[in-house]
Amino acid sequence: MFFILITGLLLGGTYALIAMGLNLQYGVARIMNLANGEMLVAGAFAAFWVFTAGQVSPIAALLVVAPLAFVVNWLIYRIMLQPLVKRAKSRGALEVDSILATFGLSFALVGIMTWAFGGGFFNYSYLTGRVDIFGSSYAQNRIVAFSIASLLAASLWIWLSYTRAGLRMRAVAVSPDSARLVGIDVHAVSALAFGLGGAVTASGGALISMFFTLDASVGVMFTMKALIIVIMGGVGDIRGTIVAAMILGVAETFVARVIDPGLTLAAAYLLFLGILLFRPQGLFGKKPT
Amino acid sequence: MSKRDLRNLTLASAALGLAALLPLYDTGYLLSIATTMAMFTVLATSWALFSGPTHYISLATAAFFGLGTFVTGLGFQTLPMWMLPLIAAGLGAVLAALVGLVTLRLSGVYFVIFTLGLAELVRQLVTWVQNRTGQRGMYVLTSITERDIYWQLIAMAALVFLVGWLIARSRMGFALRIIGNDETVAKHSGIDTAMAKILLFMISGAVAAVVGAMMAPRYIYIEPSTAFAPILSFQVVIMALLGGTGRLWGPLAGVIPFTLLWEFISRNAPNQTLLLLGLAFLLIVYVLPGGFVGLYERLQHRFGSGGR
Amino acid sequence: MARVVLEVRDVTKRFGGLVAVREMVFDVHHNEVLGLIGPNGSGKSTMINMISGAFAPTAGAIRLNGQDIAGTSAHRIARQGVARTFQLVRLLPELSVIENVIAGAAFGHRKRWGREAESFARQLLERVGLGGQITSAVSSLTYINTKRVELARALAGEPEVLLLDEWLAGLNPTELQTGIELIRSLRDEGRTIILVEHVMDAIRSLCDRCVVMSSGAKIAEGTPSDVLTDPEVIRAYLGADEDA
Repeated sequence: MFFILITGLLLGGTYALIAMGLNLQYGVARIMNLANGEMLVAGAFAAFWVFTAGQVSPIAALLVVAPLAFVVNWLIYRIMLQPLVKRAKSRGALEVDSILATFGLSFALVGIMTWAFGGGFFNYSYLTGRVDIFGSSYAQNRIVAFSIASLLAASLWIWLSYTRAGLRMRAVAVSPDSARLVGIDVHAVSALAFGLGGAVTASGGALISMFFTLDASVGVMFTMKALIIVIMGGVGDIRGTIVAAMILGVAETFVARVIDPGLTLAAAYLLFLGILLFRPQGLFGKKPT
Repeated sequence: MSKRDLRNLTLASAALGLAALLPLYDTGYLLSIATTMAMFTVLATSWALFSGPTHYISLATAAFFGLGTFVTGLGFQTLPMWMLPLIAAGLGAVLAALVGLVTLRLSGVYFVIFTLGLAELVRQLVTWVQNRTGQRGMYVLTSITERDIYWQLIAMAALVFLVGWLIARSRMGFALRIIGNDETVAKHSGIDTAMAKILLFMISGAVAAVVGAMMAPRYIYIEPSTAFAPILSFQVVIMALLGGTGRLWGPLAGVIPFTLLWEFISRNAPNQTLLLLGLAFLLIVYVLPGGFVGLYERLQHRFGSGGR
Repeated sequence: MARVVLEVRDVTKRFGGLVAVREMVFDVHHNEVLGLIGPNGSGKSTMINMISGAFAPTAGAIRLNGQDIAGTSAHRIARQGVARTFQLVRLLPELSVIENVIAGAAFGHRKRWGREAESFARQLLERVGLGGQITSAVSSLTYINTKRVELARALAGEPEVLLLDEWLAGLNPTELQTGIELIRSLRDEGRTIILVEHVMDAIRSLCDRCVVMSSGAKIAEGTPSDVLTDPEVIRAYLGADEDA
C-alpha cells in the first residue's frame, strides 16, 4: 500500500509538471492546447536521441529541450494562434477554433514524428539502480525525475508569485481586458505564457522518457491526463494542479497494480467523472457567480 | 410543404435512388469505396445534426460505432439480424444520454475532453472484461455481402436526411440554433437547454451505433483495438466540417472528396494519413471556415443571386 | 389594490462571504410598473437574476402567482411567465430579426409556433417600432434597435412579469425620449413590469412605485416622488463610498 502511494506520488510529480504547462497555456493564453501531449513526446524524443546518439544525460538535455520548446511554442502562438484570438467574436468561438487548430497541429506533429523516427516504441536505460525508502526499493530514475520536476515546478511557482513578469501573467489570466487597460501587452504576455507552457511540458517529456516507454502516437493520452488534472485542480490554480496530479498519479498506480494495468485511463475517467458531477469548478475553485 | 421543399425532396430521392443502383453496375473496388462513403455520410450527417447547431464538438463517434459492432459480434448467432441495429440504437442512445447528463450541463470544453477519451475508455473496459472472461476477438461470419451492407447504409442515409429535415423544421431544431447562438438567452426564453442537447446527442449516438452494427459483418474479425479506433471520430469531424454543417447536404460534400483523398494517401503513403488529417483540420480553420457550405454561401452572396 | 403577481420574501443571496442581497421583501401587483433602483453595486441586478432564475437565492421565497419559483431553473421560470432583457443586450447573431423574436414566442409562457408565431412576432416588431426591418440581419441594427428586438423577444411569450434590466442605459437623449415613450405605452397596455433603472426622468414618469436598494438591502419603498426625497435614499446615492 505504502509502495503504491510513493510510486504514485513519484509519477504524480512529473504529471504535475506536464499539467502546469497546459495550465499556463489555457489559463493565461486561453488556448486549450490539444497538441500539448505531442510537445511532451517531442521532448522525450529529444532526450532519447541525445542519450542514445551522444551518451548525454537526459538531465543535461533539458538545457537544450526547454529553450528550444519555448521558441517553437512561442512561434506557434504568434503565427498560428494569435490570428485566431484576434478574429474570435466570443470566447466560445475561440474555443472551437483553437480546439480544431491544435488538433490539426497535434495530428501533423504525430505524422511528422512518425515519419522522422518511425512508429515503434522507444526507451533507454538510464539510472536504473534502485533506492531503498522505508523498506521498499524504487528506481533511481523515477526519483531523479520527481526531484527535477519538483524543482522546476517550484521555480515556476516562485517566478509567477514574486516577479513583475509573473504578476503580468497572472493579471492576464484573471482578466485580459483589465490587463490591457493597465498597459499590459496581452498578446506578448500570452505568447510568453504559451511558450513557457510548452517548455515546461517538453521538459516533463524529457523527464518521463527516463522511465516510460513511449511512441510517436502516445501524446494524446498525456494530453487527456493533463486536461483532467487541469480541470480537477482548477484552471489557473497551481496548487490545485499539483494536488490533482498527485491524486491522479496515486489513483493510476493503484488501479494498475491492484486491478489491471490496462485500466489506467479508466482510473483517470473515474476521477474526472467525480469532478464533473460534484465540483466542476475544480478542487479548490469557488463556485462561479 | 412549399415548392422548394418538394423540389429538394425530389432531388434527394433521385440522388439516393441513383446511389442505390450502384451495386448493379459494380461489386468490386467501386462498391467498396462507395460503402465507405455511405458509412461516412451517415456518420458525418448525424454528427452534424448535433454538433452543427450547438458547436459542441463530439469526438465520441468511435465509441458508439464500436459499441454497435460489438452488438452484432455478440448477438449475430443467437438473435435475428434485424434486431441487432435496434439493440445497437438503444445502447448508443443510453451511452449518449449518460455522457450528456454528465457533461452537457457544463461548457463545451468539458464535453470535448470527455468525448476525446471515451472510445479509449470503452476499449479499455471491453478489453478488461474480455481478459477476465478469457475471450479474445470474435469472428463475425455471416452471409451478408458488401452489397447488402451498402443498401442498408443507403437506407440509413435516407432516414438520417429525413430526420435532419424534420428536426430543422421543428421547434427542437430552432431551440438548438438558439442554444448555439447564446445559451443564456435560450434558457431565459424557456428552453430546457440540457434536455435539448441530450436528446439530440442521443439521436446522433444511436445512429453511429446502428452504423457500427451494420458494418460489423464487413470486418469479419472484431477486436476492441480496431472496433474502437479513435481515428474514426476524427475522420467524421473532418468530413462534416470540411463540407460544412450549415446545410443538411454539407457533410456529404465533405465525405466524397475526403474519402477519395484518404484512400489515395493510404494506398500511396500509408504513414502520412495522420499528417493529412492534421493538415485538413488546419485547412478548415484557416482557409475554409464554414466548409464548402460556407464557401458556397459566400460566393452566392458575392454574385448576388439572392437564392435562399 | 390589484392582485399580487410576484412576492419576494426575505430573499438573501451570498457569494462566498459577500452578502449581495439581504432579506429583501417586496410585492409586485398586477398592471404595476415597479422601479427597482439604487446605486451601482446595491444588488439590483442580483435581485433580477434571482427572479429570472439565473441564480438561486441562498434563502427566502419568490412566489409567482402564489407558486414558489425561488431556485428553479431559468427555463421553468420563463415558462411560468417571467421574461427579461439583459443589461448588455444579448441578441442571437446568426438569426434574423424576426427569428430573434420568434425565439421568445416558441418556448415561453404562451407558446406559439409556425405561422401564428411569425405573425405574432411581426405584430410585436411593429409594436416596438421595427416593422420595416423584419428580415434584416441583427448585425446591421443600430443600438436602440437591438434593444427594441430584445424587448420584442421578451414580450413574445406574453409574460406575467417583464423584467427590464437597465433597458434605457446607453441611449442618446433623443433615443431616450423614444425609449421612455415605448415603455410608457407598454405600461398603458396594462403590463406588469419591474424596471431596474438609473435614469431619473424615466423613474419619475414611468414607475407607480419604487423599491430602493443600498448595499443589498431595501432602504425605502413608495411612490417615486416620496422615495426620491427620502433623506436616506439621497444619502445612499450621494454617499460616495457606496457608489463603486
